[in-house]
Amino acid sequence: MKIIHYINQFFAGIGGEDQADQAPFIKAELIGPAVALNAMVKANGGEVTHTIVCGDNFMGSKTDEAVETILGFLADKEFDLFVAGPAFQAGRYGFACGTICKAVHEKYGVPVLTSMHVENPGVEMFHKEMPIFIGGKSAAKMKGDVQLIADYINKDLTGQPHTGAVAEKFFPRGVRHQAWLADGKTAARRGVEMLIKKLNGEPYQTELVIPAKDLVPIAPAIKDLSKARIALCTTGGIVPVDNPDHIQSASATRWGRYDISGMDRLESGVFKTIHAGFDPAAANADPNVIVPLDAMRAYEKEGKFGSLHPYFYSTVGTGTTEAEARRMAKEIIPLLKQDKVDAIIMGST
Amino acid sequence: MVKEFERAGFTIVQMCNLIPVASTVGANRMVPTISIPYPLGDPNTSKEEQWKLRYYRVGVALDALATDITEQTVFKVKN
Repeated sequence: MKIIHYINQFFAGIGGEDQADQAPFIKAELIGPAVALNAMVKANGGEVTHTIVCGDNFMGSKTDEAVETILGFLADKEFDLFVAGPAFQAGRYGFACGTICKAVHEKYGVPVLTSMHVENPGVEMFHKEMPIFIGGKSAAKMKGDVQLIADYINKDLTGQPHTGAVAEKFFPRGVRHQAWLADGKTAARRGVEMLIKKLNGEPYQTELVIPAKDLVPIAPAIKDLSKARIALCTTGGIVPVDNPDHIQSASATRWGRYDISGMDRLESGVFKTIHAGFDPAAANADPNVIVPLDAMRAYEKEGKFGSLHPYFYSTVGTGTTEAEARRMAKEIIPLLKQDKVDAIIMGST
Repeated sequence: MVKEFERAGFTIVQMCNLIPVASTVGANRMVPTISIPYPLGDPNTSKEEQWKLRYYRVGVALDALATDITEQTVFKVKN
Protein backbone atom coordinates (compact mmCIF):
# COMPACT_ATOMS: atom_id res chain seq x y z
CA MET A 1 0.00 0.00 0.00
CA LYS A 2 1.40 3.35 -1.06
CA ILE A 3 0.72 6.39 1.08
CA ILE A 4 1.28 10.10 0.43
CA HIS A 5 1.59 12.36 3.45
CA TYR A 6 0.72 16.08 3.65
CA ILE A 7 2.36 18.33 6.27
CA ASN A 8 2.81 22.07 6.78
CA GLN A 9 5.95 24.20 6.56
CA PHE A 10 6.63 23.94 10.28
CA PHE A 11 6.73 20.15 10.43
CA ALA A 12 8.77 20.12 7.23
CA GLY A 13 11.46 21.99 9.15
CA ILE A 14 11.28 25.02 6.88
CA GLY A 15 10.17 27.47 9.53
CA GLY A 16 7.30 28.87 11.54
CA GLU A 17 5.04 31.83 10.90
CA ASP A 18 7.60 33.63 8.77
CA GLN A 19 7.54 30.73 6.31
CA ALA A 20 3.79 30.14 6.35
CA ASP A 21 3.42 31.55 2.82
CA GLN A 22 5.44 28.62 1.48
CA ALA A 23 3.98 27.43 -1.83
CA PRO A 24 3.16 23.71 -2.07
CA PHE A 25 5.80 21.23 -3.21
CA ILE A 26 6.15 17.47 -3.29
CA LYS A 27 9.22 15.35 -2.58
CA ALA A 28 9.84 11.65 -3.06
CA GLU A 29 11.24 11.45 0.45
CA LEU A 30 9.99 11.22 3.99
CA ILE A 31 9.89 14.40 6.04
CA GLY A 32 8.92 14.83 9.70
CA PRO A 33 5.75 12.93 10.66
CA ALA A 34 5.96 10.92 7.43
CA VAL A 35 9.09 9.24 8.81
CA ALA A 36 7.21 8.15 11.92
CA LEU A 37 4.17 6.95 9.99
CA ASN A 38 6.30 4.98 7.55
CA ALA A 39 8.12 3.25 10.41
CA MET A 40 4.82 2.22 11.98
CA VAL A 41 3.26 0.68 8.87
CA LYS A 42 6.17 -0.75 6.90
CA ALA A 43 6.24 -4.09 8.73
CA ASN A 44 2.77 -4.79 7.31
CA GLY A 45 3.60 -3.67 3.78
CA GLY A 46 2.71 0.02 4.03
CA GLU A 47 4.99 2.59 2.50
CA VAL A 48 4.93 6.37 2.57
CA THR A 49 6.34 7.29 -0.82
CA HIS A 50 6.06 11.08 -0.94
CA THR A 51 5.69 14.05 1.35
CA ILE A 52 3.72 17.12 0.26
CA VAL A 53 4.48 20.37 2.04
CA CYS A 54 2.43 23.57 2.00
CA GLY A 55 2.53 26.71 4.14
CA ASP A 56 -0.57 27.17 6.30
CA ASN A 57 -1.12 30.73 5.12
CA PHE A 58 -0.76 29.69 1.50
CA MET A 59 -3.45 27.05 2.00
CA GLY A 60 -5.59 29.46 4.02
CA SER A 61 -5.45 32.45 1.70
CA LYS A 62 -4.94 30.88 -1.73
CA THR A 63 -6.93 27.74 -1.05
CA ASP A 64 -8.07 27.08 -4.60
CA GLU A 65 -4.57 27.50 -6.00
CA ALA A 66 -3.04 25.31 -3.28
CA VAL A 67 -5.60 22.54 -3.75
CA GLU A 68 -5.29 22.63 -7.52
CA THR A 69 -1.50 22.51 -7.37
CA ILE A 70 -1.48 19.58 -4.95
CA LEU A 71 -4.10 17.64 -6.91
CA GLY A 72 -1.81 18.24 -9.90
CA PHE A 73 1.16 16.75 -8.01
CA LEU A 74 -0.87 13.61 -7.40
CA ALA A 75 -2.09 13.14 -10.97
CA ASP A 76 0.80 10.93 -12.03
CA LYS A 77 1.45 9.27 -8.65
CA GLU A 78 0.35 5.83 -7.64
CA PHE A 79 -1.12 5.89 -4.16
CA ASP A 80 -3.74 4.03 -2.16
CA LEU A 81 -4.17 6.32 0.82
CA PHE A 82 -3.63 9.95 1.76
CA VAL A 83 -2.70 11.20 5.23
CA ALA A 84 -2.48 14.80 6.49
CA GLY A 85 -1.10 16.14 9.78
CA PRO A 86 -1.42 15.55 12.69
CA ALA A 87 -2.57 19.14 13.11
CA PHE A 88 -2.93 19.16 16.93
CA GLN A 89 -4.64 22.40 18.03
CA ALA A 90 -3.28 24.50 15.16
CA GLY A 91 -6.39 25.98 13.54
CA ARG A 92 -4.99 26.87 10.13
CA TYR A 93 -3.16 23.56 9.89
CA GLY A 94 -6.39 21.77 10.78
CA PHE A 95 -8.24 23.68 8.09
CA ALA A 96 -5.46 22.81 5.64
CA CYS A 97 -5.50 19.10 6.50
CA GLY A 98 -9.29 18.90 6.25
CA THR A 99 -9.42 20.87 3.01
CA ILE A 100 -6.77 18.86 1.22
CA CYS A 101 -8.05 15.49 2.49
CA LYS A 102 -11.56 16.30 1.27
CA ALA A 103 -10.27 17.42 -2.14
CA VAL A 104 -8.02 14.37 -2.57
CA HIS A 105 -10.83 12.02 -1.59
CA GLU A 106 -13.25 13.66 -4.02
CA LYS A 107 -10.80 13.65 -6.90
CA TYR A 108 -9.00 10.33 -6.44
CA GLY A 109 -11.44 8.34 -4.33
CA VAL A 110 -8.77 7.03 -1.95
CA PRO A 111 -9.29 6.89 1.82
CA VAL A 112 -8.02 10.02 3.58
CA LEU A 113 -7.03 10.31 7.23
CA THR A 114 -5.97 13.12 9.52
CA SER A 115 -5.67 13.94 13.22
CA MET A 116 -6.60 16.99 15.28
CA HIS A 117 -7.21 18.08 18.84
CA VAL A 118 -10.89 18.36 19.76
CA GLU A 119 -10.68 22.15 19.97
CA ASN A 120 -9.21 22.51 16.50
CA PRO A 121 -11.98 24.21 14.45
CA GLY A 122 -11.10 21.79 11.64
CA VAL A 123 -12.85 19.05 13.63
CA GLU A 124 -16.21 20.78 13.47
CA MET A 125 -15.69 21.62 9.80
CA PHE A 126 -14.53 18.24 8.54
CA HIS A 127 -15.42 15.46 11.00
CA LYS A 128 -18.27 14.25 8.80
CA GLU A 129 -16.04 14.02 5.75
CA MET A 130 -13.25 11.73 6.92
CA PRO A 131 -11.86 9.97 9.96
CA ILE A 132 -10.14 12.67 12.04
CA PHE A 133 -8.28 10.92 14.83
CA ILE A 134 -8.56 12.42 18.29
CA GLY A 135 -5.18 14.09 18.71
CA GLY A 136 -3.23 15.92 21.38
CA LYS A 137 -2.92 19.66 21.86
CA SER A 138 0.65 20.00 20.71
CA ALA A 139 3.47 18.25 18.91
CA ALA A 140 4.50 16.63 22.19
CA LYS A 141 1.77 14.09 21.34
CA MET A 142 3.13 13.45 17.87
CA LYS A 143 4.05 9.82 18.37
CA GLY A 144 0.74 8.80 19.89
CA ASP A 145 -1.28 10.75 17.32
CA VAL A 146 0.57 9.20 14.38
CA GLN A 147 0.20 5.79 16.04
CA LEU A 148 -3.62 6.04 15.92
CA ILE A 149 -3.47 6.74 12.20
CA ALA A 150 -1.00 3.88 11.75
CA ASP A 151 -3.21 1.49 13.75
CA TYR A 152 -6.08 2.22 11.38
CA ILE A 153 -3.91 1.68 8.32
CA ASN A 154 -2.44 -1.51 9.78
CA LYS A 155 -5.93 -2.94 10.09
CA ASP A 156 -6.39 -2.47 6.36
CA LEU A 157 -2.95 -3.94 5.68
CA THR A 158 -3.59 -7.04 7.77
CA GLY A 159 -7.21 -7.48 6.74
CA GLN A 160 -8.73 -6.85 10.14
CA PRO A 161 -12.18 -5.29 10.28
CA HIS A 162 -12.58 -1.71 11.44
CA THR A 163 -14.41 -1.39 14.71
CA GLY A 164 -15.78 2.14 14.49
CA ALA A 165 -15.05 5.66 15.60
CA VAL A 166 -15.13 5.11 19.35
CA ALA A 167 -12.91 2.03 19.38
CA GLU A 168 -10.44 3.42 16.86
CA LYS A 169 -10.45 6.88 18.45
CA PHE A 170 -11.60 9.17 15.71
CA PHE A 171 -14.40 11.75 15.77
CA PRO A 172 -17.65 10.04 14.76
CA ARG A 173 -18.68 10.93 11.24
CA GLY A 174 -22.28 9.94 11.75
CA VAL A 175 -21.79 7.05 9.33
CA ARG A 176 -23.35 3.71 10.17
CA HIS A 177 -21.81 0.52 8.89
CA GLN A 178 -23.17 -2.98 8.88
CA ALA A 179 -21.07 -5.16 11.14
CA TRP A 180 -21.17 -8.84 12.08
CA LEU A 181 -20.58 -9.28 15.78
CA ALA A 182 -18.35 -12.05 17.06
CA ASP A 183 -20.94 -13.10 19.65
CA GLY A 184 -23.68 -13.22 17.01
CA LYS A 185 -26.13 -11.35 19.20
CA THR A 186 -28.97 -9.83 17.19
CA ALA A 187 -30.12 -6.25 17.49
CA ALA A 188 -33.35 -7.45 19.10
CA ARG A 189 -31.46 -9.27 21.84
CA ARG A 190 -29.08 -6.37 22.44
CA GLY A 191 -31.99 -3.94 22.57
CA VAL A 192 -33.85 -6.05 25.11
CA GLU A 193 -30.69 -6.42 27.18
CA MET A 194 -30.34 -2.64 27.23
CA LEU A 195 -33.96 -2.25 28.20
CA ILE A 196 -33.58 -4.71 31.08
CA LYS A 197 -30.51 -2.84 32.30
CA LYS A 198 -32.40 0.41 32.07
CA LEU A 199 -35.34 -1.02 34.02
CA ASN A 200 -32.94 -2.29 36.68
CA GLY A 201 -31.21 1.08 36.87
CA GLU A 202 -27.93 -0.41 35.64
CA PRO A 203 -25.56 1.46 33.32
CA TYR A 204 -25.79 0.65 29.62
CA GLN A 205 -24.37 2.05 26.43
CA THR A 206 -26.60 2.94 23.50
CA GLU A 207 -25.36 1.91 20.07
CA LEU A 208 -26.74 5.06 18.50
CA VAL A 209 -25.47 8.11 20.33
CA ILE A 210 -27.49 11.22 19.51
CA PRO A 211 -25.11 14.18 19.44
CA ALA A 212 -25.72 16.77 22.12
CA LYS A 213 -27.85 19.66 20.94
CA ASP A 214 -26.58 23.20 20.92
CA LEU A 215 -29.29 24.65 23.10
CA VAL A 216 -29.64 28.29 24.02
CA PRO A 217 -30.73 29.30 27.51
CA ILE A 218 -34.50 29.55 27.69
CA ALA A 219 -35.65 33.16 27.60
CA PRO A 220 -37.88 34.02 30.56
CA ALA A 221 -41.65 34.03 30.16
CA ILE A 222 -43.30 37.36 29.43
CA LYS A 223 -44.63 38.43 32.82
CA ASP A 224 -47.39 40.69 31.62
CA LEU A 225 -48.52 39.81 28.14
CA SER A 226 -50.92 42.75 28.11
CA LYS A 227 -47.96 45.12 28.02
CA ALA A 228 -45.71 43.10 25.70
CA ARG A 229 -44.67 44.24 22.24
CA ILE A 230 -44.60 41.30 19.88
CA ALA A 231 -43.11 40.87 16.42
CA LEU A 232 -44.07 38.41 13.69
CA CYS A 233 -41.36 36.63 11.76
CA THR A 234 -41.52 33.87 9.16
CA THR A 235 -39.35 31.56 7.13
CA GLY A 236 -42.34 30.86 4.88
CA GLY A 237 -41.38 33.41 2.22
CA ILE A 238 -44.35 35.78 2.55
CA VAL A 239 -43.48 39.00 0.72
CA PRO A 240 -45.24 41.83 -1.15
CA VAL A 241 -46.21 40.42 -4.57
CA ASP A 242 -43.31 42.16 -6.35
CA ASN A 243 -40.78 40.69 -3.88
CA PRO A 244 -38.97 44.04 -3.53
CA ASP A 245 -35.97 42.59 -1.69
CA HIS A 246 -35.44 39.82 -4.25
CA ILE A 247 -35.46 37.15 -1.57
CA GLN A 248 -34.45 33.84 -3.12
CA SER A 249 -37.01 31.03 -3.31
CA ALA A 250 -34.51 28.57 -1.84
CA SER A 251 -31.13 28.78 -0.09
CA ALA A 252 -32.00 32.33 0.87
CA THR A 253 -29.38 34.83 1.90
CA ARG A 254 -31.74 37.80 1.97
CA TRP A 255 -34.63 38.82 4.19
CA GLY A 256 -37.14 41.64 4.16
CA ARG A 257 -39.29 43.54 6.61
CA TYR A 258 -42.69 44.77 5.55
CA ASP A 259 -44.88 47.45 7.06
CA ILE A 260 -48.15 46.12 8.44
CA SER A 261 -49.23 49.17 10.40
CA GLY A 262 -52.86 49.92 9.68
CA MET A 263 -53.47 46.45 8.21
CA ASP A 264 -55.91 44.05 9.80
CA ARG A 265 -54.84 41.11 7.69
CA LEU A 266 -52.48 40.23 4.86
CA GLU A 267 -54.52 40.48 1.69
CA SER A 268 -54.16 38.01 -1.14
CA GLY A 269 -52.87 39.81 -4.23
CA VAL A 270 -50.89 42.18 -2.03
CA PHE A 271 -48.76 39.52 -0.38
CA LYS A 272 -47.77 36.08 -1.63
CA THR A 273 -45.19 33.40 -0.86
CA ILE A 274 -42.05 32.92 -2.91
CA HIS A 275 -41.04 29.77 -0.97
CA ALA A 276 -40.05 27.02 -3.42
CA GLY A 277 -40.42 24.19 -0.91
CA PHE A 278 -44.19 23.76 -0.95
CA ASP A 279 -47.31 24.37 -3.05
CA PRO A 280 -47.94 28.11 -2.69
CA ALA A 281 -51.66 27.98 -3.60
CA ALA A 282 -53.04 28.12 -0.06
CA ALA A 283 -50.65 30.82 1.15
CA ASN A 284 -51.18 32.94 -1.96
CA ALA A 285 -54.94 32.69 -1.49
CA ASP A 286 -54.63 33.73 2.16
CA PRO A 287 -51.16 34.78 3.38
CA ASN A 288 -52.48 34.83 6.96
CA VAL A 289 -52.16 31.03 7.06
CA ILE A 290 -48.40 31.64 7.34
CA VAL A 291 -48.18 35.10 8.91
CA PRO A 292 -51.28 35.20 11.11
CA LEU A 293 -51.72 38.96 11.12
CA ASP A 294 -55.51 38.74 11.33
CA ALA A 295 -55.42 36.64 14.49
CA MET A 296 -52.74 38.85 16.03
CA ARG A 297 -54.84 41.96 15.38
CA ALA A 298 -57.82 40.32 17.03
CA TYR A 299 -55.79 39.51 20.15
CA GLU A 300 -54.28 42.99 20.11
CA LYS A 301 -57.77 44.53 20.11
CA GLU A 302 -58.85 42.23 22.92
CA GLY A 303 -55.87 43.41 24.92
CA LYS A 304 -54.38 39.92 25.29
CA PHE A 305 -51.00 41.42 24.43
CA GLY A 306 -49.77 45.01 24.36
CA SER A 307 -48.94 45.89 20.78
CA LEU A 308 -47.74 44.45 17.53
CA HIS A 309 -44.40 45.62 16.12
CA PRO A 310 -45.26 47.50 12.88
CA TYR A 311 -43.26 45.21 10.58
CA PHE A 312 -43.12 41.52 9.92
CA TYR A 313 -39.84 39.90 8.92
CA SER A 314 -39.58 37.29 6.21
CA THR A 315 -37.14 34.98 4.50
CA VAL A 316 -37.23 31.52 2.96
CA GLY A 317 -36.18 28.61 5.12
CA THR A 318 -35.62 25.88 2.55
CA GLY A 319 -32.01 24.99 1.82
CA THR A 320 -30.88 27.92 3.90
CA THR A 321 -27.76 27.14 5.88
CA GLU A 322 -27.70 27.57 9.63
CA ALA A 323 -24.88 30.07 9.21
CA GLU A 324 -26.96 32.25 6.87
CA ALA A 325 -30.00 31.95 9.13
CA ARG A 326 -27.89 33.04 12.08
CA ARG A 327 -26.53 36.02 10.18
CA MET A 328 -29.97 37.13 9.03
CA ALA A 329 -31.31 36.92 12.59
CA LYS A 330 -28.36 38.97 13.79
CA GLU A 331 -29.17 41.64 11.21
CA ILE A 332 -32.82 41.74 12.30
CA ILE A 333 -32.15 41.85 16.05
CA PRO A 334 -31.09 45.53 16.26
CA LEU A 335 -34.31 46.59 14.51
CA LEU A 336 -36.37 44.67 17.05
CA LYS A 337 -34.39 46.07 19.95
CA GLN A 338 -34.76 49.59 18.65
CA ASP A 339 -38.54 49.22 18.80
CA LYS A 340 -38.39 47.58 22.25
CA VAL A 341 -39.87 44.29 21.08
CA ASP A 342 -40.27 41.81 23.95
CA ALA A 343 -41.24 38.64 22.16
CA ILE A 344 -41.41 37.03 18.73
CA ILE A 345 -43.73 34.55 17.06
CA MET A 346 -41.80 32.70 14.37
CA GLY A 347 -43.90 30.94 11.78
CA SER A 348 -41.99 28.20 9.97
CA THR A 349 -43.16 26.09 7.08
CA MET B 1 -32.96 32.05 13.56
CA VAL B 2 -35.09 31.16 16.56
CA LYS B 3 -32.00 30.32 18.57
CA GLU B 4 -30.24 33.50 17.59
CA PHE B 5 -33.26 35.60 18.60
CA GLU B 6 -33.51 33.77 21.89
CA ARG B 7 -29.78 34.14 22.48
CA ALA B 8 -30.29 37.90 22.07
CA GLY B 9 -32.84 37.79 24.89
CA PHE B 10 -36.15 37.73 23.03
CA THR B 11 -38.78 35.35 24.30
CA ILE B 12 -39.75 33.44 21.18
CA VAL B 13 -42.20 30.74 20.19
CA GLN B 14 -41.84 28.77 16.99
CA MET B 15 -45.04 27.75 15.25
CA CYS B 16 -44.24 24.95 12.85
CA ASN B 17 -45.34 21.63 11.45
CA LEU B 18 -42.02 19.80 11.75
CA ILE B 19 -41.70 19.82 15.52
CA PRO B 20 -38.91 17.18 15.56
CA VAL B 21 -36.80 19.43 13.33
CA ALA B 22 -37.44 22.51 15.47
CA SER B 23 -36.61 20.48 18.54
CA THR B 24 -33.40 19.05 17.07
CA VAL B 25 -32.25 22.46 15.94
CA GLY B 26 -32.94 23.80 19.41
CA ALA B 27 -36.17 25.80 19.66
CA ASN B 28 -37.34 26.05 23.28
CA ARG B 29 -41.02 27.01 22.92
CA MET B 30 -42.88 25.25 20.11
CA VAL B 31 -46.50 25.20 18.99
CA PRO B 32 -47.52 22.71 16.27
CA THR B 33 -49.20 23.89 13.09
CA ILE B 34 -51.31 21.73 10.79
CA SER B 35 -49.18 21.50 7.64
CA ILE B 36 -46.26 22.95 5.73
CA PRO B 37 -48.09 24.81 2.89
CA TYR B 38 -50.90 26.09 5.13
CA PRO B 39 -49.68 26.06 8.74
CA LEU B 40 -52.67 27.95 10.12
CA GLY B 41 -55.72 27.25 7.98
CA ASP B 42 -56.69 24.26 5.83
CA PRO B 43 -58.07 25.57 2.50
CA ASN B 44 -60.29 22.47 2.29
CA THR B 45 -62.26 23.75 5.26
CA SER B 46 -64.47 26.82 5.46
CA LYS B 47 -63.04 30.29 6.04
CA GLU B 48 -64.80 30.22 9.39
CA GLU B 49 -63.08 27.00 10.44
CA GLN B 50 -59.70 28.26 9.20
CA TRP B 51 -60.13 31.44 11.24
CA LYS B 52 -61.08 29.45 14.35
CA LEU B 53 -58.06 27.22 14.03
CA ARG B 54 -55.70 30.11 13.43
CA TYR B 55 -57.14 32.23 16.24
CA TYR B 56 -56.91 29.28 18.60
CA ARG B 57 -53.32 28.26 17.76
CA VAL B 58 -51.99 31.84 17.80
CA GLY B 59 -53.61 32.10 21.24
CA VAL B 60 -51.68 29.01 22.34
CA ALA B 61 -48.48 30.63 21.02
CA LEU B 62 -49.17 33.85 22.94
CA ASP B 63 -49.82 31.86 26.11
CA ALA B 64 -46.57 29.96 25.46
CA LEU B 65 -44.67 33.25 25.49
CA ALA B 66 -46.11 33.93 28.94
CA THR B 67 -45.36 30.44 30.28
CA ASP B 68 -42.26 29.66 32.30
CA ILE B 69 -40.56 26.49 31.09
CA THR B 70 -37.53 24.59 32.30
CA GLU B 71 -36.86 22.50 29.19
CA GLN B 72 -37.72 22.43 25.50
CA THR B 73 -41.49 22.37 25.42
CA VAL B 74 -44.06 21.54 22.77
CA PHE B 75 -47.27 23.28 23.80
CA LYS B 76 -50.32 21.09 23.34
CA VAL B 77 -53.07 22.04 20.94
CA LYS B 78 -56.58 20.57 21.00
CA ASN B 79 -57.58 21.38 17.45
